[in-house]
Amino acid sequence: MSVLVFTENWDGKFKKVSFELVSYASKIAEMLNTQTVALSIGNVQDDELNSLGKYGADKIVSVNNEKLNILDNQAYTSVIAQVAEKEDAKVVVIAQNNMGKALAPRLSVKLKAGLGAGVSKLPSSVEPFTIFKKVYSGKAYSNVVIKSDVKILTLAQNSFEFEENPKSPAIETFEPTIGEIKTNVEEVEKQSGQLLLTDAEIVVSGGRGMKSPDNWGPIEELAGVLGAATACSRPVSDEGWRPHGEHTGQTGKIIAPNLYIALGISGAIQHLAGISGSKCIVAINTDKDAPIFEAADYGIVGDASKVLPELIQAVKDVK
Amino acid sequence: MKILVCISNVPDTTTKAKFVNDNTAFDTTGVQWIINPWDELALTRAIELKSDAANSIENITVITVGAKDAEPTIRKALAIGADDAVRIDAEPKDAYFVAAQIAEYVKNNPFDLIFSGIESADHNGSAVGGMVSEFLDIPSVSAVSGVNIENGQVKITRDIDGGNEQVTAELPVLTIVQKGIAKEPMIAAMRGIMMARKKPLNVVAPVEVEALTEVVNYEMPQPKPPCKMVDPENVKELVDLLQNEAKVL
Ligand SMILES: Cc1cc2nc3c(=O)[nH]c(=O)nc-3n(C[C@H](O)[C@H](O)[C@H](O)COP(=O)(O)OP(=O)(O)OC[C@H]3O[C@@H](n4cnc5c(N)ncnc54)[C@H](O)[C@@H]3O)c2cc1C
Ligand SMILES: Cc1cc2nc3c(=O)[nH]c(=O)nc-3n(C[C@H](O)[C@H](O)[C@H](O)COP(=O)(O)OP(=O)(O)OC[C@H]3O[C@@H](n4cnc5c(N)ncnc54)[C@H](O)[C@@H]3O)c2cc1C
Repeated sequence: MSVLVFTENWDGKFKKVSFELVSYASKIAEMLNTQTVALSIGNVQDDELNSLGKYGADKIVSVNNEKLNILDNQAYTSVIAQVAEKEDAKVVVIAQNNMGKALAPRLSVKLKAGLGAGVSKLPSSVEPFTIFKKVYSGKAYSNVVIKSDVKILTLAQNSFEFEENPKSPAIETFEPTIGEIKTNVEEVEKQSGQLLLTDAEIVVSGGRGMKSPDNWGPIEELAGVLGAATACSRPVSDEGWRPHGEHTGQTGKIIAPNLYIALGISGAIQHLAGISGSKCIVAINTDKDAPIFEAADYGIVGDASKVLPELIQAVKDVK
Repeated sequence: MKILVCISNVPDTTTKAKFVNDNTAFDTTGVQWIINPWDELALTRAIELKSDAANSIENITVITVGAKDAEPTIRKALAIGADDAVRIDAEPKDAYFVAAQIAEYVKNNPFDLIFSGIESADHNGSAVGGMVSEFLDIPSVSAVSGVNIENGQVKITRDIDGGNEQVTAELPVLTIVQKGIAKEPMIAAMRGIMMARKKPLNVVAPVEVEALTEVVNYEMPQPKPPCKMVDPENVKELVDLLQNEAKVL
């Protein structure tokens, strides 16, 4: 038996989330007294594959097949299922991101394995197998028992601090059977050069209190000195002040950076639904009663246009 | 072409979450129920597609798995512009149970294009759409921010890290939609509300399926310590706190 973890790479380099997943999976493997097997799909060199050992992978199964160059959910699901069966996986760990949301539910049906979607902690018990996840967009949490023999867990973003747990993993290549591919990618459009909002450790975000799109210069400057991505509230993107890709909240991107700085954002519940997973929230707002201060860890009651230049200077001083 | 839109009946997004029976059940007292926001946008897009005769869409059906109290929500979908509705008469137990019910219905009543939302505002599973497609063994495309029809072919925009892809798929296909699929949810007009009363709402008996998960109980988030206020004249202190106390810089 084993705990299987589905890793993701970008042009042959593992994404940070893959190390989180392996670390998380290896902790569950300890609870179950079994080994951690990591599955890698794509053209990843042995050196890079080995790096998963650092976080607790005992074995790595590498699949490199050109039919998998595009994400076809059916084909990917079938490959993960084949490896899960071959490795007698009792738990499969996947990221709760675009890819994970596309694959984990399909895998759940294919393996008849209950899905714990968006877990943020280790299971509180393995017998019965009890997970903890957010419900009602973070307004509450639930403890859920997964009753099936095989379990699938998707790990919420940035919810688990990975630790080193060095192993010297065996690498095995595997040739899966891949059926007919029924989807086709006709065109790819990429905006390059920008830090991905969902990947960023620090996010600087502006709301309607910024008054005008002309006032975004200092927000971008602060993001620049912090190595941060920029975001905004929904009205700001609705007004066309900022691109839609920056809108965070229930109907926009859901992010969980280490630090979220909200400037001129009131903190509506729908906005908070997208940012409440942040480790630390800073609010800068002229209204001391703005609800954002209830969600924030640190706050300044003040005018963003006055505070921003000082904040930029103060950060520059310590960097 | 026939379209199916999956509709989850959820508490209004501003509802405070409260629980009863020793924190084992959601307290529905005073709750306003709405169409899950993603599903409302999916329905909006379906209606937009149908309004272009060139797309030759015969019918838009909405489906929900839920008890009788889900009917006002599904009626609202009819008022907005769906042609007919299906309610599978069962308390939804978990995503697997719900998906199995929808898939069973679709096996007997085929559709070409099925929409589901990326996430239901209650249990936040992001699961039902993908599960339905696997039960039916049909292709699915997730993270969808656009659906168009060109010469009978469904063209799907899928968001990827830092960009998007144009995807085509064999029909039937299930698309799991998110931000971008439609601009604003369509609102029911008076005429729509009148017409909705006459549109068919078929109540279908559920099939026997065992849920794979079960909620033990609910917890409220840990109350967080109050926000530490920093003097606007002393912004340096904020940076110091972020660096040395929160350790996030
Ligand atoms: C179904 C639904 C879904 C929604 N989804 C989202 C979502 O995903 N994301 C989202 O953001 N919203 C969403 N909303 C909208 C949400 O309810 C709020 O309307 C929105 O978040 C408010 O944006 P804001 O904070 O920028 O603006 P406002 O609420 O107008 O707040 C502006 C704030 O700026 C402060 N301010 C003014 N001047 C200054 C100054 N000089 N310096 C500093 N502060 C100043 C004010 O005190 C105020 O608190 C949704 C709403 C609905 C109904
Ligand atoms: C009173 C009540 C109690 C409930 N108790 C539980 C519980 O204890 N445990 C539990 O897991 N669920 C419970 N549910 C069911 C829950 O509402 C969902 O239907 C189901 O669990 C799927 O949730 P999800 O978060 O995984 O949905 P997601 O997978 O996030 O939903 C994605 C999409 O799937 C479609 N969809 C989801 N649910 C339905 C549906 N019912 N009918 C049609 N389409 C749908 C929608 O298009 C939605 O946008 C309860 C519902 C009610 C009304």
